[in-house]
Amino acid sequence: MLTLPVFEWVSPTSLDGVLRELAARPGECLLVAGGTDAVPNLKHRLHEPKRVVSLAGVAELRAAREDDAGLHLGARLTLTELSRLPALKRDFPAVAHAASLVASPQIRNMGTLGGNLCLDTRCTYYNQTYLWREAVGFCLKKDGTVCHVVPQGRRCVAAHSSDVAPALIAYGAEVEIAGPEGRRLVSCDQFFVGDGIHNNILKSDELVTRVLLPAAARGQHGAYRKLRPRGAIDFPMLSVAVAVRGDAKRLESARIVVSALGAKPRLLGGLDALVAGKAADETTFAAVAAAAHKQCRPLTNVPYDDDWRHAMVPVFVTRALRDVFGVSA
Amino acid sequence: MTGRKPRPKQMAAPRKTARRAATVRPDPPPTPGMAIPAGRQMPQDARLTPPVHEAGRTGPPNGDAFHTIGKRNRKVEGLAKVTGRAIYADDIALPRMLHAKLLRSIHAHARIVDIDASEALAMPGVRAVITGRDLPEYFGIIPWTQDEQALCESKARYVGDAIAAVAADSELVAEEALRRIKVRYEVLPAITDIDEALAHPEIQVNEKASEGNLSKHVHLEFGPVDELLEASDEVVEAEYWYEGSTHGPIEPHCCVAEFDATGFLTLWSSTQVAHYLHRDLAKVLGLPTQRIRVIQPVVGGAFGGKSEPFSLEFCASKLSMITGRPVKILYTREEVFYAHRGRHPMRLNYRTGIRRDGTLTGTDARIHIDGGAYSSFGLVTTYYSGQLLTAPYAMPAYRFDSTRVFTNKPCCGPKRGHGSVQPRFAFECQLDKLAERIGMDPIAVRRKNTMSENARTVNGLRVTSNGFLECLDQVERASDWKRRWRKLPYGRGLGVAGSMYISGTNYCIYPNEMPQSAVQLKLDRSGRATVFCGISDIGQGADSVLAYIVCEELGLDLRDVRVVAADTDLTPVDLGSYSSRETFMCGNACLDAARQLRERIAETLAERWGVAKGDVVLANGMAVAASDPRKHALSVKDAIQAAEARHGTLGSVGWYQSPKLGGDYRGGTIGASPAYSFTAHVAEVDCDAETGFVSVKKIWVAHDCGRALSPVAVEGQMEGSAYMGFGEALFETHTFKPAAVGHGPGIHHGPSLLDYRMPTSLDTPELESLIVESVDPEGPYGAKEAGEGPLHPSVPAIANAIHDALGIRCDRLPFSPPAVMNLLRQGDARAAWERSRAGHATSGARG
Repeated sequence: MLTLPVFEWVSPTSLDGVLRELAARPGECLLVAGGTDAVPNLKHRLHEPKRVVSLAGVAELRAAREDDAGLHLGARLTLTELSRLPALKRDFPAVAHAASLVASPQIRNMGTLGGNLCLDTRCTYYNQTYLWREAVGFCLKKDGTVCHVVPQGRRCVAAHSSDVAPALIAYGAEVEIAGPEGRRLVSCDQFFVGDGIHNNILKSDELVTRVLLPAAARGQHGAYRKLRPRGAIDFPMLSVAVAVRGDAKRLESARIVVSALGAKPRLLGGLDALVAGKAADETTFAAVAAAAHKQCRPLTNVPYDDDWRHAMVPVFVTRALRDVFGVSA
Repeated sequence: MTGRKPRPKQMAAPRKTARRAATVRPDPPPTPGMAIPAGRQMPQDARLTPPVHEAGRTGPPNGDAFHTIGKRNRKVEGLAKVTGRAIYADDIALPRMLHAKLLRSIHAHARIVDIDASEALAMPGVRAVITGRDLPEYFGIIPWTQDEQALCESKARYVGDAIAAVAADSELVAEEALRRIKVRYEVLPAITDIDEALAHPEIQVNEKASEGNLSKHVHLEFGPVDELLEASDEVVEAEYWYEGSTHGPIEPHCCVAEFDATGFLTLWSSTQVAHYLHRDLAKVLGLPTQRIRVIQPVVGGAFGGKSEPFSLEFCASKLSMITGRPVKILYTREEVFYAHRGRHPMRLNYRTGIRRDGTLTGTDARIHIDGGAYSSFGLVTTYYSGQLLTAPYAMPAYRFDSTRVFTNKPCCGPKRGHGSVQPRFAFECQLDKLAERIGMDPIAVRRKNTMSENARTVNGLRVTSNGFLECLDQVERASDWKRRWRKLPYGRGLGVAGSMYISGTNYCIYPNEMPQSAVQLKLDRSGRATVFCGISDIGQGADSVLAYIVCEELGLDLRDVRVVAADTDLTPVDLGSYSSRETFMCGNACLDAARQLRERIAETLAERWGVAKGDVVLANGMAVAASDPRKHALSVKDAIQAAEARHGTLGSVGWYQSPKLGGDYRGGTIGASPAYSFTAHVAEVDCDAETGFVSVKKIWVAHDCGRALSPVAVEGQMEGSAYMGFGEALFETHTFKPAAVGHGPGIHHGPSLLDYRMPTSLDTPELESLIVESVDPEGPYGAKEAGEGPLHPSVPAIANAIHDALGIRCDRLPFSPPAVMNLLRQGDARAAWERSRAGHATSGARG
């Protein structure tokens, strides 16, 4: 079978312990929580860390609590736990639903919120064995100098493939980052950057500790739609998260995130003019869907037909909006 | 009396309609100039005649009813599997065992200029490195097309072709050593599709090809095809594309080789053909067969993907011979995709005619087959692409012209329904179109053209039992076809398809006159029976079938029968698990062996009790005289002891050898089988016209297996087959990336179970199995195959259902959402759907 490379394994029992490990060996550590993404990537030699730092012993990352600030979710909550958390299902159902659509039950039992948020970007030319990547001459993201998706491209376009992130962004969630200088909160939208090689703002001595769904984000209507060839296992080939304020007769605002296109989830722009004051009807949905189609351009980075994925953007945006208001076509 | 009597006279020879085209080259003999090997000694007539049993072959041997046969029996190895105690090849760990890995080509086509392994050999923990020069002998499953080497000596022919092997103390060290082997390649232009292969004979993929990239060409014609097509009322002409696919067994290939100090080699391997592997090991390693033992441990699925020798078996053996230590090789999933031997991609151009009354007239088929880099079973595949093409219908004339080409891709081979699933798809879609043209119900068209029992096809296949009509009736009734076909709302539809398949190929792969299957049966005073047989259980329940038969004959409990199988030291030869032959052939051999011992026990008891022998019944652990069971009763154990005292040590042998069958022309033996199974499917789909997603809601599978020796096992095969076809229809794509900046063509798009998408349980439709029992006169208790036939109608039934749902014709696999969307965008798909509804409303009466 595919082998794991040789690495040191440490399992600190506190967050400070984790931060000390990261600081002691800058750039040489890989954080592992559930390992569902890290282990296959290690076997494919996509990560070649000197040291693997396990988060399994850090109890504080497993907390979920509600207070005046909102709903706090520890980074090491499993995706199964997330999908069943009553407060999440009540106020932010699209996040719970997105978590329930990740891969398979076994993977959701191991995979975590933090892991899914920090999921390495994916590409048909990257998520392969060493032999396979050698046969294509490697690529920009690992071991090579060319991009096979955008032949003249100098920037990696591997796809952001997290299911929970689009839903979190739609609701306006914030991400807590811990590092040597302490902790800071950034908006989930700002957490990601458009670079497929490393698509978030985490530095090598930092980690995600918590996600906050602010109290003010409550009261939105949300939905999440995932395009995948099979009913399980697959990463999204396209994902749409929607959070809407207002009621079916009179919408106030909408935040729509489309992802699995490029390195960063795309928060659609210019929606206020299309939804503010409008009714939640097929006319409004069609206008939003058309805007989404215009703003999104899938690439051949994930293993599915890109033209068809493009054609599915308005369909999935429309269906997500219908989900929000419980209507069918 | 049990004795070998002359076989009843064969049916009259068929009218010779076959004409061999001038383009067909005769297959050369395997070893020209050699004397007839001893194994080809003509057998005595009596040896070829199956024994005739008093109680018959198809009925119960003990009294009026079956006691084990036909019951929902457990599989003999089932508990070991579900409790994790079954020993698969990778569970075997021997003292001092080394692990080996294969170095594989990163080019689709490249000359190997030089291999420098010095750096790898210098690594601590590396014990040996071998290259093509160490194993130069060619091998191949078909004796006439041996074109493979364990490790490529002169050039690599696809991305993933094996070129060196390293044995080391651990897998990790072996893997790291692979990267230290320096291979100098001279990259050659690569051929990656059928048209390129034909257009560029000068770029020769496989030097063993007789010309260009031609692997095999077959042209056969039966009956006056052109004349009958000309006289048809309607002729449908269409091109179909069948995508290649892989088998996807959960267990990857794995073997352990141990060469001991006496020069004896033992190989445990996840194979389905221990006997053929045994022969090729001897050839390639230069060892006599009597110094080699091949053992098949429990196998975690094969589906045809383990039905020939592979590089790992030779390399592990050679490395063990060099190091004097046991060597294990376990393929990664990626390597399974490279070893491949999966379903051949085929392009099929058909013209099929029909008369207004629904009578089929003829078919003209042109078939192109993408074989990948080597021959494998390709010679046979090329024949299979046409030999079962028209069945189960009585087609008066047809012609097929099939060409298999070599390409720089992993080698294709036999996958469940070898060579006949692709032509079946095309033909059953043709039938649906023809039925639509003449305004007839597609089930009615099939019914009208179904060949009878005891028929002979136009290409000379002898068909005995035939339950196809019953299969059609069952799926029609179960799916409520008459009320729902052409009447469901837009997006939903029903489709039907049928098929016929062999119960074992009639001939051994290498010509000889020895039995195809054999059983040795041991029975002793402990009350325990042991069946020794070369049979290959790959999960389908082959071992269990033998146990059921022994239980039925001797009245034993299933726990008191042990099956020792697929161990060339301990078991008599069986050719292996391919072409759905095990139940029919080993089952017959086992029935004959067990019946002899049953007779000896019955004789003993009849004498002791003073009753007629026919009065003795062995069932449920007891031996009784049926006429007076209170008076005359013993435990079976006591009965065995009585027989052992009377007759001496109890043992028997049985063997199976099929009658001479097939058409009288080159290739006429291919497709010939002692019996055929029949299947009909109705599939129901629910399509999303906005996205192109096709959801198969349900498949009704009716299958004539002759007699279900254990219905639960038959249903498992029916469901598994329907599932596998469904996966090929909608999901699976064994495709390759084209050349681009930085790399050549021929790289598999995603050799993993993530990117190669086999359907999950959530995607899988409800499957309803409807067993039909036609009771074949030559099968054991009337049984025929169930492992491959039920796959065939899966794909066309879904294609035809999509047409009923959306008015589009899916002539190319897979029916993925993008493909369905493209078809919906073309022309007036919706109008075609409206027309099909309206057309049926007006012409329905004729159906």
